[in-house]
Amino acid sequence: MNAERLPVSSRSAAVPAQGWKRYFATLRYGTYVIFHPFDGFWDLSHEKRGSLAAANTFLGLFLLTYVLRLMLTNFQFISAPVQYINIYEQCASLLLPFLVLCISNWSLSTLFDGKGRFKDIYMAMCYALVPYILIQLPLVLLSHLISFDEYAYYTVLASISVIWCLGLAFVGLMEVHDYSAGKTVVFLIATIFGAMVILFLVLVFFSLLSDAVGYFVSLYREVVFRLY
Amino acid sequence: MRITSKILALCLGLYLALSATALAADDGFSEVYTYNYDYWGELRESPNAYRAEQVIYSTTLGLETPMRKPQSLFVQGDRLYVCDTGNNRILQLVRRNGGFELERIIDAIQGTEPAGFDTPSDVFVDQDGNLYVADTNHNRVVMADKNLRFVRDYTKPSDSTFEQSLSFLPSKLVVDVAGRVYVLSTNVNKGLVKYEADGTFTGFIGANQVKYDLWDYIWKAFLSTREQRAQQVSFVPTEYENICIDSDGFIYATNTVFSEYDLMSDVAKPIRRLNGIGNDILIKNGKHPPIGDLQWVEGTLDYGPSKFKDITVLDNDIYVAVDRTRGRLFGYDSQGILLWAFGTKGNRVGAFMSAVSIEHMGTDLLVLDDDECAITLFSPTDYGNLIYRANDEYLRGQYETSADTWREVMKLNANYDPAFIGIGRALLREEKYADAMAYFKMAHDRTNYGRAYRYYRKEAAEKHIIWIALAIAALLIVPLVVQRFKRIKMEVQADERRKAAGFKS
Repeated sequence: MNAERLPVSSRSAAVPAQGWKRYFATLRYGTYVIFHPFDGFWDLSHEKRGSLAAANTFLGLFLLTYVLRLMLTNFQFISAPVQYINIYEQCASLLLPFLVLCISNWSLSTLFDGKGRFKDIYMAMCYALVPYILIQLPLVLLSHLISFDEYAYYTVLASISVIWCLGLAFVGLMEVHDYSAGKTVVFLIATIFGAMVILFLVLVFFSLLSDAVGYFVSLYREVVFRLY
Repeated sequence: MRITSKILALCLGLYLALSATALAADDGFSEVYTYNYDYWGELRESPNAYRAEQVIYSTTLGLETPMRKPQSLFVQGDRLYVCDTGNNRILQLVRRNGGFELERIIDAIQGTEPAGFDTPSDVFVDQDGNLYVADTNHNRVVMADKNLRFVRDYTKPSDSTFEQSLSFLPSKLVVDVAGRVYVLSTNVNKGLVKYEADGTFTGFIGANQVKYDLWDYIWKAFLSTREQRAQQVSFVPTEYENICIDSDGFIYATNTVFSEYDLMSDVAKPIRRLNGIGNDILIKNGKHPPIGDLQWVEGTLDYGPSKFKDITVLDNDIYVAVDRTRGRLFGYDSQGILLWAFGTKGNRVGAFMSAVSIEHMGTDLLVLDDDECAITLFSPTDYGNLIYRANDEYLRGQYETSADTWREVMKLNANYDPAFIGIGRALLREEKYADAMAYFKMAHDRTNYGRAYRYYRKEAAEKHIIWIALAIAALLIVPLVVQRFKRIKMEVQADERRKAAGFKS
């Protein structure tokens, strides 16, 4: 039924075909998506109103926001042990699960007639991160203007940002795959299990790889030992 | 040749210098002796707050029969009472010229039967010199006047709330100013047994709350068979380990039966301050609750959380608890902030094999070791005294002097969070908000920082009110003006278009 939906170009300005103008238009489209998730995510891939470049930008900004939040928020609200924090580790701990979940979702939805390609899933997930960036960045500034007694405002805004993102991710997957809500829920749970399976396979692969490498290394050593 | 000998001499000199510093730094303990925990729960070495002044053995006191398994200490004025449990007697010592002398040995009370004690495990002496002894195996708490004449005894309550099949085994007791007696009795888990001054039993106070989770309950109530149920332990509250009473009449109790998990989330509450109806009113304003050690080394013999064997409350509301796991003493202020921790296991001076009881005489601490049968007297060092002085000055309202004293403390220990907080609090009182904030930030004190910041923000806002008003006005007016201009521009353009059309037609 969604396939019959009309293009929404009448509701917001059409996206330019290419170049920097297209890039900025797709970036600005992020703000449309977060307020009109159902139409927004549909048009994102089906009407090509989003771009991979913008998606990458959002992901980069998300990581930047996350790090800035840890480092610069007033100590009254977040007391991260800055002396122990490794930025690359923090980024990797966000980026890897993100990508693994995308891959897992793509692998499963491809098998069960999901309409989205990997690129579409990735783009939808990246666009879903926009509220986090838009709320958490100003929150870093706000944290220096409010006192500990006003903690409630801070927490409410911070939770809104996360809940909004989760909601968007849900709607995004629904629209990208053209699934019903119930099916999306099932697939979200399946995706998490899929991610675990992927992690398991990766671990097994690397442990086997290291065994194989070790075998050849010892073979080489043995040969060298016998010959010289 | 000369050069080599010079180099040799230099090496020798260096070696001597280095070994000398190594010796100076070695206080004979393999681990850190005095320390504190910082905001992150990391152990920070600190100067000694207390020094072991002397150790009192049976021989020091000239006892004919040496002490055997002494279980408790009590201090009243200059007198120190030692409950020599294994010998069924109480030793009364008096502090004279810095040392302790044996004054009398109490092994019987006149006018009661039996006159002697059987494994007395605690002693209490009130202001008038009346003596209370928890005479455990005679199932009574016996009260005598200062001439050791029998006054009355407190025996097993005949009340139905007391399980009559259990024997009454009083192990610890305290007496408040009104003469009410609170007894901690082995195998009674309803809390402290409370008697009025005339000896009548008036109930229990401060029972430990029974804790079980939903799953336990479901399992017990519906899922397990009768045989399984019979084998399970029933949900019973735990007993306290020890009690003591402060000058305000509040009872401090320690609890050693809990799981490690509950300790970290502060459900276990190993130290409690009980009010008249038995509720815990201990103040916990520190980042970490008063639970003793926050970390312990995996794989060591004395692994596990601190278990407080005894507690004492100083006159300035600072309480000191003694831990049997690692033989350490923990001093907390009235806000529940760790001031210092020290001690270790061993048989050197200042270490304990098995510390069972702690008492204070002024700011001096006395710790009883039931394995070594020795009492160690600790006196505060300059560092310890400075901490006490700063606390007292703040409580008396001398904020500036208190801040100066804290600065002295900081010179001795720059890792000391309470000093930063102390200075910050004084600065806050003096309305130097920005400085106070800087100090609170150093100590990671969020609540105080927030308080200082609110005043600071108010001050800043009042000072720059014109600029703030202008900024807000600009934010409101600029878009209006811009819109206005846009509209004018559009109208002009439309006008021109109309004119052009008009000329054409």
